[in-house]
Amino acid sequence: MSRETVERSLNAAERLNETLNAFLEIDREGALQRATEVEKSGGALNGLPVAVKDNICVRGMQASCGSHILGNYHPPYNATVIERLINAGAVVIGKTNCDEFAMGSSNENSAFGPVKNPWDTTRVPGGSSGGSAAAVAAGIVPVALGSDTGGSVRQPASLCGVLGMKPTYGRNSRYGLVAFASSLDQIGLFAREVADVARVLGVIAGRDNHDSTSAEVPVPDYAATLDGNVKGARIGFPKALFGKGLDDEVGTAVKNVVDAYRELGAEIVEVELPHAGYAIAVYYIIATAEASSNLARFDGVRYGFRAEDAPELRQMYRQTREEGFGAEVKRRIMLGTYVLSAGYYDAYYRKAQQVRTLIKNDFLNAFKNCDAIITPTAPTPAFALSEKVDDPLSMYLNDIYTVTANLAGIPGLSVPCGLSSTRLPIGFQLLGPYWSEATILKLAHAYQQVQPFTERPPVCA
Amino acid sequence: MPINETDIAKVAQLAHLELDDAELKTFGPQIAEIVAYVEQLNELDTAHVEPALGGLTPEGEQADSSRADEIAGSLGQKVALAEAPDPACGHFRVPKVL
Repeated sequence: MSRETVERSLNAAERLNETLNAFLEIDREGALQRATEVEKSGGALNGLPVAVKDNICVRGMQASCGSHILGNYHPPYNATVIERLINAGAVVIGKTNCDEFAMGSSNENSAFGPVKNPWDTTRVPGGSSGGSAAAVAAGIVPVALGSDTGGSVRQPASLCGVLGMKPTYGRNSRYGLVAFASSLDQIGLFAREVADVARVLGVIAGRDNHDSTSAEVPVPDYAATLDGNVKGARIGFPKALFGKGLDDEVGTAVKNVVDAYRELGAEIVEVELPHAGYAIAVYYIIATAEASSNLARFDGVRYGFRAEDAPELRQMYRQTREEGFGAEVKRRIMLGTYVLSAGYYDAYYRKAQQVRTLIKNDFLNAFKNCDAIITPTAPTPAFALSEKVDDPLSMYLNDIYTVTANLAGIPGLSVPCGLSSTRLPIGFQLLGPYWSEATILKLAHAYQQVQPFTERPPVCA
Repeated sequence: MPINETDIAKVAQLAHLELDDAELKTFGPQIAEIVAYVEQLNELDTAHVEPALGGLTPEGEQADSSRADEIAGSLGQKVALAEAPDPACGHFRVPKVL
């Protein structure tokens, strides 16, 4: 049974890859072998085919992080979340395309070409986990892993019409996730069914001694509370976030979701997040600062690409990094180096960390009066390829609704809620207090019972 | 604090990046625009606000990450060198330092 399921996924991945460019590696032999083994050994996930973003280490498969600088690097170890998935019987069928080192909101920063949105292949799937989002949207796999530092799971989920979950910071181990910004990164999940997010999260979540930032918080049975009953749940509505910069159709769609929750018996509460407008500025100081440190390790010495004919060591570092990194990565390393440099650390980095506390406190205060907050996920539906590549700041503004969750460390889940007039998906986002994944999954599930998203994209398995 | 081309060149040096002229010309204004954008944080009075360093959640802060000082497994030389661009006699070989 699992061999057939896995084979169907592999066939779809191969058949659609020229159109979508979602996969950087498809491991037919390994996946079929593993599927055959699982038919005997079983496990909670019992042969579930999974696609994994190429910045998460799977032993024996590549880990390019969407970059040339990793060359033909094959990690000698599994990320902890992968180890847990495999032990539960899941089968990794391939590694998905992504923005280079997870830096981007459109998957146009990949060194291996952009991923196309299955709903309209002239448009972006979102980023940075565009390949994983497209793979699930096109029905190639039921579940895919991505990483979310400023919205890189939730935003592509919204643009591709699938569920995208970023758990609380410290819920999932980051061991084996190539670090972009260590205080913001979390491994996240894509799926079409809330029940699938629930069961896979239950398998991968939990304390890992290899990741000192993972928390010792018990992992509940996330599927147990998916009963459709949200009577009395208090949903926070931050009216001020529904103004300038938000596409009208997206605003209307998300307000309709609020009405749907009201009809389900939830109570809608007005909340304020007064510092949310500063989140992008805070994010692009902290994330780039941490990235400049984390990406210092890519120097051509121990693995990956090394520039040829450098006469001297430091020249070798500079040439390797110049040739190996793409433009956006270089830009962010430069920005991060600048804000950390002598004389600027207090003005930028320390200041940003202080405003981060203000943003975090906004949420802690809001959650005194509600169980979850609802926002749009992305300010617009999917935009066209090349539309924003020449204007980095305009590209960064795609993250306005998502970066706050990473800054505060709270969980966020994007849920499809319809199509625009041009048949492009629209998503809404549920944000919850720390460790409230069960609550936001329950709310998403209840919504899907009354408003299931049954549309399928033109490019489909 | 407006950024100029000298600042960009200096930062590139710190970051071990050798930018070519075309990149210096493109990146300069882009980075300057982003820096100008983030300066809006100065609108906020944060004199009495603690920076959000350390664990974001109380549970994360509390997690104990020490272990007994006992020898555990490691990658081993063969595996550690398996991806090396220029391994030599059990070492990572690199160009000389001048």
